[in-house]
Amino acid sequence: MASRLDRSPLAQLTLARFREFLREKEAVFWTFVFPVLLAVGLGVAFRNRGPDVVAIGVAAGADAGRLAAALGHAEGVRALVLPSDAVDDALRKGRVALVVASRPDGLHYRFDPTRPESRLARLAADEALAPLAGRPLPPPARIERVTAPGARYIDFLIPGLIAFNLLGTGLWGVGFALVRMRTGKLLKRFLATPMRKSEFLFSFILARLSFLVLEVGSLLLFARYAFDVRVHGSIAAVFAVAILGAMVFSGIGLLVASRARTQEAVMGLMNVVSLPMWILSGVFFSAEHFPAIMQPLIRALPLTAVVDALRAIMNDGATLAAVAGPVTIALAWGVASFAAALAIFRWR
Amino acid sequence: MLETTIAPPGVESAVRCRGLVKRYGELVAVDGIDLDVRVGECFGLLGPNGAGKTTTVEILEGLLERDGGDVRLFGLSWDHDERALRERIGIQLQETQLPEKLTVEETIRLFRSFFRRGREVDEILEAVQLTEKRKTWVSRLSGGQKQRLSVACALVGAPDLLFLDEPTTGLDPQSRRALWELVEAYRAGGGTVVLTTHYMEEAERLCDRVGIMDRGRIIALGSPQELIASLDAEHIIEFSLPEGASLPPREELLALAGVTALHQRDGTVQLVVREPHAALPALLDALGRHGTGLADLRTHHATLEDVFVAHTGRQLRDG
Repeated sequence: MASRLDRSPLAQLTLARFREFLREKEAVFWTFVFPVLLAVGLGVAFRNRGPDVVAIGVAAGADAGRLAAALGHAEGVRALVLPSDAVDDALRKGRVALVVASRPDGLHYRFDPTRPESRLARLAADEALAPLAGRPLPPPARIERVTAPGARYIDFLIPGLIAFNLLGTGLWGVGFALVRMRTGKLLKRFLATPMRKSEFLFSFILARLSFLVLEVGSLLLFARYAFDVRVHGSIAAVFAVAILGAMVFSGIGLLVASRARTQEAVMGLMNVVSLPMWILSGVFFSAEHFPAIMQPLIRALPLTAVVDALRAIMNDGATLAAVAGPVTIALAWGVASFAAALAIFRWR
Repeated sequence: MLETTIAPPGVESAVRCRGLVKRYGELVAVDGIDLDVRVGECFGLLGPNGAGKTTTVEILEGLLERDGGDVRLFGLSWDHDERALRERIGIQLQETQLPEKLTVEETIRLFRSFFRRGREVDEILEAVQLTEKRKTWVSRLSGGQKQRLSVACALVGAPDLLFLDEPTTGLDPQSRRALWELVEAYRAGGGTVVLTTHYMEEAERLCDRVGIMDRGRIIALGSPQELIASLDAEHIIEFSLPEGASLPPREELLALAGVTALHQRDGTVQLVVREPHAALPALLDALGRHGTGLADLRTHHATLEDVFVAHTGRQLRDG
């Protein structure tokens, strides 16, 4: 005999979403494996190394030996004596960040002021060469070196990756799947039954919520054990924001899919929606780098809101109340995109 | 033709439509169709591609808005009784892609869950002969199996009325016969069927009555036997002449013994005749008199295809 589960359209529709997803190897890869690979790749590439060493060139000449020796003794500086015809080439190729030359009127510096390491090299050279000029600098009273968990690149990255993944799965899991059903006339076929449209759409949400636990959970566990990334706020708050994010991006996925008739059309729309946010929303590097004039726009993006809220909770131990700003922005996006999508959705 | 009275409740009409019109911009896809399908009947819409069959059926199915006219199924209308109607009808659409990575059984169970009453999954699997394939993914089914699954999804709600849109297009003869048997079994249980097809033998085998459609209109309506009998002759002689040869005058051919009509297309001539044994020698004599040979000569019993040709001067497959 058929069970109650067999007779529940919502249960059967959600089960169908589940089965289709888990039987699609590519989807499983992009949702669960890819974010972990990305975390490993970026975590290794930007792992915290020892303090950076700057290379400073010394133009060959009478004083070259003395200058090189003084620079070589300074902390974090490597000195190289360069023949005068190799100076420009070494600077251009970044082999050295600064070249010091001894001239009758004093020391000459050659460097590119737009390069951060050149400016660093200049400060280092000033400090190292000051005793030669007879005016030693007083040493700092105290030096504190901070590399605590919570301030590393990987700590910055993981909340960003979680939000980035929620965006991707929302767009693909909802948007792409719906358009595929429309082009395959499956939406129309469902419409030809007594199925309720609301239950059909709700099944997508239910399936997204169930996957979210796995998706966010696996990334958090991996980050915890592979990189010792800790959640400083509450785990419940992290999941609350993740659920909100999943709903918002499902709504955007629904909106993107609401009219598109072909898979190519929806893929184009998904790129238009997601690419700017991947770049602007501070997933991989801080959005503060963008000019001040763009900041209001960047803050208004749903991905920025979710990234900011997750980062505040995970890294700074913020409470849900403390991230009310970005949460409100995300909520507004979710409500607006669901309302718009349902108003213009094409069922056939 | 254009009476607008609606059958009073209680009259056993599964489908009743009057003055049905559908336009796409300038194109009139359905041009004032009246139809009555009786309960327990199998009704076929036969016509070439683009005749308006699918448009008509999708309006009857409540999937397409009409621009004019009235549609009632079992006395109920789509405007007021959509949910009640959805529970009572089963629909197979042309070219539905069912989810590829669900199994046959999961697909049927999914569709079953949408209906309040209906048949058990095992029973349906048995009826469409897919019991052995119940654990197979849809993507791994053959064309005929996919089509049977599609009909299974239309049958799960134990419908009173089944719509089939070109159910056997693209199937091999064996799969086609399996599907016909499925439809006949459903009818044996008292079900009503409306189907579209452009295969005359399908219409002749399955349908009690056929409406022949062309350019948005029904140009002939009746049982297959009645329609063929309406040609006033039951046989067709079809011939073509060698390249360069000219045909004897039309009047001369029409005057031959037993010839009731003549159709000409792309160098092929069709004579509709009562008695081929009288008409054939007369035709050969006439060609002989004009010194014309034959490139090709065939005779067959008249079919619905010939009825279509008689009404339109075109072949069904010309589209």
